[in-house]
Order: sequence, then structure tokens, then C-alpha cells
Amino acid sequence: MDRLVFLVAAGLAHGAVLALFAQSLVIVWRANRVINFAQAALAVVAVYAALAVTAVSGSWWLGAFAGVVAGGLLGAAAERGPMRLVPTHTPLPGIIVAIGLVMILQAGLAIAFGPEYQPVPAPLSERPFVLAGIPVLSPYDLLVLVVAGLVMAALALGFTRTSLGLQLRAAAFAPETARLLGVRVSRMITLGWMLSLATAALAGLLLVPTELGLHPHALDGLFVQAFAVAVIGGLDSPAGALLAGLLVGVLVSLVSGYLVAAAAPLAVLALLTLVLLVRPGGLFSAAKERAA
Amino acid sequence: MNESFPLLEIDGVTVAFGGLTALEDVSFAVREGETVALIGPNGAGKTTLFNAVCGLVRPGRGTVRIAGAPAPSSATGLVRAGVSRTLQGLGLFDTMTVLENVLVPLSTTGGDTARAAATLARLGLTDVAGRAAGTLPYPERKRVALARALVTEPRLLLLDEPAGGLGADDIDALATTVGDLAGDGRGVLLVEHHVDFVMKVADRVVVLDFGRVIAAGTPDEVRGDPAVEAAYLGVGAA
Repeated sequence: MDRLVFLVAAGLAHGAVLALFAQSLVIVWRANRVINFAQAALAVVAVYAALAVTAVSGSWWLGAFAGVVAGGLLGAAAERGPMRLVPTHTPLPGIIVAIGLVMILQAGLAIAFGPEYQPVPAPLSERPFVLAGIPVLSPYDLLVLVVAGLVMAALALGFTRTSLGLQLRAAAFAPETARLLGVRVSRMITLGWMLSLATAALAGLLLVPTELGLHPHALDGLFVQAFAVAVIGGLDSPAGALLAGLLVGVLVSLVSGYLVAAAAPLAVLALLTLVLLVRPGGLFSAAKERAA
Repeated sequence: MNESFPLLEIDGVTVAFGGLTALEDVSFAVREGETVALIGPNGAGKTTLFNAVCGLVRPGRGTVRIAGAPAPSSATGLVRAGVSRTLQGLGLFDTMTVLENVLVPLSTTGGDTARAAATLARLGLTDVAGRAAGTLPYPERKRVALARALVTEPRLLLLDEPAGGLGADDIDALATTVGDLAGDGRGVLLVEHHVDFVMKVADRVVVLDFGRVIAAGTPDEVRGDPAVEAAYLGVGAA
């Protein structure tokens, strides 16, 4: 029982990061119907930027802020640069360009900073609190849960309760109609990419201290799991990304704890396959496709 | 808006797509408080003309002026110039609520929820404001599309087949609404196939055929024009 409680708690903390990264994939999908395969590579550049600012300033928090800003700027640069030049009538060119971007960014990081893992200390203790003799969440896990929860709540409120969010949703669901109503669709797409990459950078920043450290490929595994989460939840559904993220996080933790860590990716793939067979659009997919 | 100019002035507009001339030397105007109907067989160029007004297609020759100034080339500029349009296929955001649909154009021009609520009330949509637009019956969805066009309080309203798909009672109600809009001093340009509706609401009718204006005048004048009967209305129509 003790072990179960510990594994579920740890799974929720990891699931929050997965949900956050999956949220970033959902945002960019909703913005212009693209799966950004360069999401992890762009986010890891932002994490390097955060680490550099932390090294100079001595403040993890300042570094984290700089990383999120860098993520937003990288999102704008990627969308206004290579991704905007890609033909959109078929998804393949976008995927190929994104993979090319991944290769360039990861090779560039390896050349600039070396291929070794750079340890990244957490800003708070990673020793779990012990409640009734059971180790549960650490202060850092709590920070992750709170930050991820607040950011996802802010995104949800922003999209549903603000004028800008309304324009983002209108531009995403029916760009031509939105344009006729005066929405600056191009600007909204860029903004969507900025929000997406800022969120992805934050997820990366929260993950790296719990892993081996920072490395050009440090977020590749996160991308794979978060992509599965986004599909399981429904690519159109922010709520789906949250719930599927927590579900997958707990699943990975339980499989790793009770079986073996190497079986965790298989468990995620099995869950993904099951969901695709039963509900191909994802558990929380919207009923309507995007209009022209 | 400049009061001394027509709200919409189309002067010698010609639009060609490759070798096909969709509009040829089309000229007419819409003034304040006036409802002008654009009719013609399928393929006559009606929607192309709407698109030329909205800047979606660029005329090869001729000019489109809004209140005396060249029509803005962007949709945003057009909305800010006081022009609004409905779409033939409604173009609602089906997963958004009715209120959110009406708030989208306000989000770009400034305006609050109170104005959106007042527009919904005017069109009898208050009770469904919180429902997803895609779940409403077709006549109500048509009214949502009209509310979305009206909420920015445009001086010139372009209605693309507003009566299409509606039953007799809904068409009567729509005719009253369109009459009220012109009574408020707005200019209304509508494209419509429903001839009875057109004859009821329009002050003037412009008839297009193969991209050319073949007749223009009051409904009675147009109704008796042999060229119009031959091209569009048919013997015994209306």
C-alpha cells in the first residue's frame, strides 16, 4: 500500500509535466493543424537559455522566466520562418521540415555545449515528505504540480474568457471565416506558436532537474510520451491533455515501480493503441472538425 | 463615413479568372437606408461581386468605394470601415456558444458583452445565448449569423442568401428584420434566389447574367423586364 501511494504521487507529478508538454502540442495543433515534431528540440534550446541565465544570475527562477520567454521567441521564429514557408495542403512537408529543424538544433547544441549531460539542480528539495510513514511528494514535486496546474488553468481561462482567446479559437477553428470577421489570423497563428513553445519550455524546465540533466536530446523522451498523451486525450482537447497526462504519468510510474522501467513505454503504447481502436479521435476529442 | 457619398459604389468592375470573365463592367450603388438585391442565375457573378467588395478578389478594372473611399483590401479594414457580411454557408463556429460567436467580431473592433446581448435580444436569441451554435435548428443558426454581422453596428450590410433554407414564417420574419435595418439608415446589399422575398424587401434590384448587369430598377420595373424573364425569372414566376 505504501508503495502504491508513493508511486501514484510520483506519477501525478510526472503526469503534470507530461500534461503541460502535451498541452503545448494541442495549442499548436489547434493554431494551424500541425504536429510540431521540432517541439522538443526547440524547447531544449530554451532550457539551455534558462540554464545560461541561471548560471549568470544565480537564480533558478530568473533562469526559468528567461527560458519561458526564449521558448515564446523561438516559437515565433519557427512559425514565421521555416514553418510558414512549408506548403500546408499535405502534412508531410511540415513533418520533414520539422525533423530537419530538430537535426540542426540538436547538432548545434552539441557543438556549442558538448554532448555530455549537464546536471541541473532543482530549486527545491527532491526528498519526499513522509506522511504516516509513507513517502509521498517532495517539495519540488509539489512545485511542479502547482506550476503546471496554474499554467493550465491560466491557459484555459485565457482561451475561454478573454477577447484574445476568442480570436485564437476562432482563427484555429475556421480561419477564413475568422478573417472575414476581422480577426488577424496570421498574427493569431504566430501567437499560438509562442504560447505553445513557452509552455513546452516550461515543461522542459520542470522535467530536467528530475532526470539525468540537460543534453541536446534531454526532451526527446518527453516529446514521445507527451505526443501519446495528446493523441490519447484528443488533439483538439486541452482538458483531454490534462487528464490523459495524469493518467499516463501514473501508468508509467506504476509499471516502472511494479514491473520494470523498460516496460513503461510499452504500457503507454498499449494504452495508445487501445484508445485509437476504441475512440480514434481521442478520449476527449471534439465532435466537429475544423471548418475551412 | 462621408454622408455625401453612397455607402457602396461599384463602378465599372470587371473580374476575370484566367480566360473566364466573371464580372464585366458592373456599376451600381447602395445608399443609406436603401436595400438593394442582387439576383441572377447560378454562375451569374453574384458571389464574385460580394468577394470583390470584401477584397477577396481584386477587380481587373473598375473601382469599389465605401462611403467615397477606396474599399479597404483587408477584412479587418472593411469591418472598421463599417461593412459586415454574412456567408452563404453560415460559417458559424459550431463548437462555440451563440454568445461567443457574436463576440468574435466585437473582439476585433472593441465592444462589450452588453452590446452582444442586446443584438441577441433584438433577434430573439437570448434564450439560446449559452448553447453551442452547432446544436441549434437551421433557422436559428441563420439568425445567429445575422446577429454576428449586426453586432458591430455596420453602416453597410452584405447578406449572402439570407432566406436560403428558411420556411415561409421565417422568411416573413426575416423580411421584417431587413426592413428595420434599412429603416435604421443602414445600406443593405443582398444576394438572393428567393424572388418573392427580394420583391418584398428590396428598394432596387440589380439583375446579373453572365457577369453583366442586364437590368436594374425597382422590383416592379425589373419584374416586367423581358430580358430578366428570359434570363432568370421564367414565364409566370413571381
